[in-house]
Amino acid sequence: MDQIVNPSISIKNLDLSFGAVEVLKNLNLDIADGEFVVLLGSSGCGKSTLLNCIAGLLDVSDGEIHISGKNVTWEEPSQRGIGMVFQSYALYPQMTVEGNLTFGLRNARVPKDEIAARVEKAAKILQIEPLLKRKPAALSGGQRQRVAIGRALVRDVDVFLFDEPLSNLDAKLRADLRVEIKQLHQQLGNTMIYVTHDQIEAMTLADRIAIMLNGNVLQFASPYEIYNHPANKYVATFIGSPTMNFIEGSVHGGKFDSALGTHSLDGYDFTTPSPDGPAWLGIRPEHMATGDEAANKPIQLEGRVEFVEPLGSDTLTRVTVGDQHMWVRMDGQAQVKIGEMIPIGFSATQAHLFDTTTEERL
Amino acid sequence: MSTATQSPAKTPRGPKPKRAFSPANIMIYGTLFVVSIYYLLPLYVMVMTSLKDMTEVRMGNIFSPPVEITFEPWVKAWAEACTGINCDGLSRGFWNSVRILIPSVVVSIAVASVSGYALSFWRFKGSELFFNILIVGAFIPYQIMLYPIVIILRELGVYGTLTGLVMVHTIFGMPILTLLFRNYFASVPEELFKAARVDGAGFWGIYVQIMLPMSLPIFVVAIILQVTGIWNDFLFGVVFTKPDIYPMTVQLNNIVNSVQGVKEYNVNMAATLLTGMVPLVIYFVSGKLFVRGIAAGAVKG
Repeated sequence: MDQIVNPSISIKNLDLSFGAVEVLKNLNLDIADGEFVVLLGSSGCGKSTLLNCIAGLLDVSDGEIHISGKNVTWEEPSQRGIGMVFQSYALYPQMTVEGNLTFGLRNARVPKDEIAARVEKAAKILQIEPLLKRKPAALSGGQRQRVAIGRALVRDVDVFLFDEPLSNLDAKLRADLRVEIKQLHQQLGNTMIYVTHDQIEAMTLADRIAIMLNGNVLQFASPYEIYNHPANKYVATFIGSPTMNFIEGSVHGGKFDSALGTHSLDGYDFTTPSPDGPAWLGIRPEHMATGDEAANKPIQLEGRVEFVEPLGSDTLTRVTVGDQHMWVRMDGQAQVKIGEMIPIGFSATQAHLFDTTTEERL
Repeated sequence: MSTATQSPAKTPRGPKPKRAFSPANIMIYGTLFVVSIYYLLPLYVMVMTSLKDMTEVRMGNIFSPPVEITFEPWVKAWAEACTGINCDGLSRGFWNSVRILIPSVVVSIAVASVSGYALSFWRFKGSELFFNILIVGAFIPYQIMLYPIVIILRELGVYGTLTGLVMVHTIFGMPILTLLFRNYFASVPEELFKAARVDGAGFWGIYVQIMLPMSLPIFVVAIILQVTGIWNDFLFGVVFTKPDIYPMTVQLNNIVNSVQGVKEYNVNMAATLLTGMVPLVIYFVSGKLFVRGIAAGAVKG
């Protein structure tokens, strides 16, 4: 990764523990100006905790946080130049939408005409002008989240923090608002940090994704990189649905030996000079070719169909190869019967190899 | 066809018919009836007796309504009944109680709501310990603390004054009120508090602008608790004040239990009803407010 010259947010050796429990461990992260970064991980990985540390809502145990070139480790949340959007919206129930939007500005003693101008602008961007006089209780979930975004917007800050903002919405609204957030980012060009456990949100929104596990960042890279070159087995498993298939075996002189036979790894881009040893070979369901196409692939297997899930656009099929279960994503038009033997093929260029002990990419 | 129209109950369709005299109904209404009689009958006797004159009272028909309604006993109880050397009736005690009640309620609720808010949002080192000590305080019998408090008040120079009694009521209201407010604020989503902090509101800003407006119901509950508790207090009133500033309850006791002359049952009944009026009014007034408060505060995220 290239060194970022003037990072918008820079986290240096951050530690956070609650008593004996270490939540974040020596965490380092540099985020470029105007970048959309998604913190992704399963619950309890420390992603929300990290966001709260950046916001200043949690005191760190050690390390520094810099925002826009200023060390804000000891600053109050309101002094950090951030706006934050929460999962539960967290709108002030007894204030109107306008009151909610202006609360922060009134606290900061911004002049009245300035407040009015900013509210007007934010309301226009988010299309909440007709709602300004209403109380939050009279709004739908989507409208509430828009107001919550507006509250961050009027603060006119460099950095936006989103803490799972779409998790309380239904699927349709989530998809709509996801697009809107992306458009908002393109329009404003602010730095945004977005916490989610939803890989689709992460892949669609992010410039870069930081995948977290147990308070560590496992990989911090673009969605393309994360999907195509996962740094370790956890990242490979976490991204992609259905999850990546793994074959246990060993790498030996550019070949992969397993119970399914010996296959050439020609075309695989090794990251280590000496990859020989026990390894996992991973292959995504969507990279497995079936039918006539399978014949053109360098690595070929044959599997018995066990289970079929037609999704319309695709058909997910679980097959047994040897004694291994694998998911294969087939064309939606494919007709397969349970018990049928089908040819499967893939190429080493789309495969992933991980060391069995360290689980790092080979 | 004809049978269906004649007895629609036979074809199961639409809402299930309910029996008026089901065992559950008989139990519920039967119990309610017995309990209301139990509480309302003495009240009825008191009201009736207080409206009779003494000759009628002496006839002993306590359940019969007055032949001739008189408000004389009420006037006497309020303005003329004697306790000790004062013969200005319960009115003196009433105003004493008001002067005790208002500052005690206001101060105790103000302090407890802020400390409850601090204990749920601004945890400090040892805040849990502090809270536990406070709760343990609620379980220590008052009698144990009477004498030490007398000494403390004497040393502070407020023994036998209204100020002293107000201080005692405020402090003794703390445990239960703090618990009440802390638990209420603990149910407020933490993200709301975080959002307010990001918006630059401080300790008092969040309390006044965010928390207060959404806690009307719990304030009403606290007011009901404190007003009835302090108004009905007898022990602290009799121990920490002097005859001139006795609260209404103590004065009522002195009127009812005075041994000289004839026992004026009608005056006693009127005096008791007058004393009980304040908590009663509070229940009626705030009951309505309470429901409205809950409705206004019902904003789930």
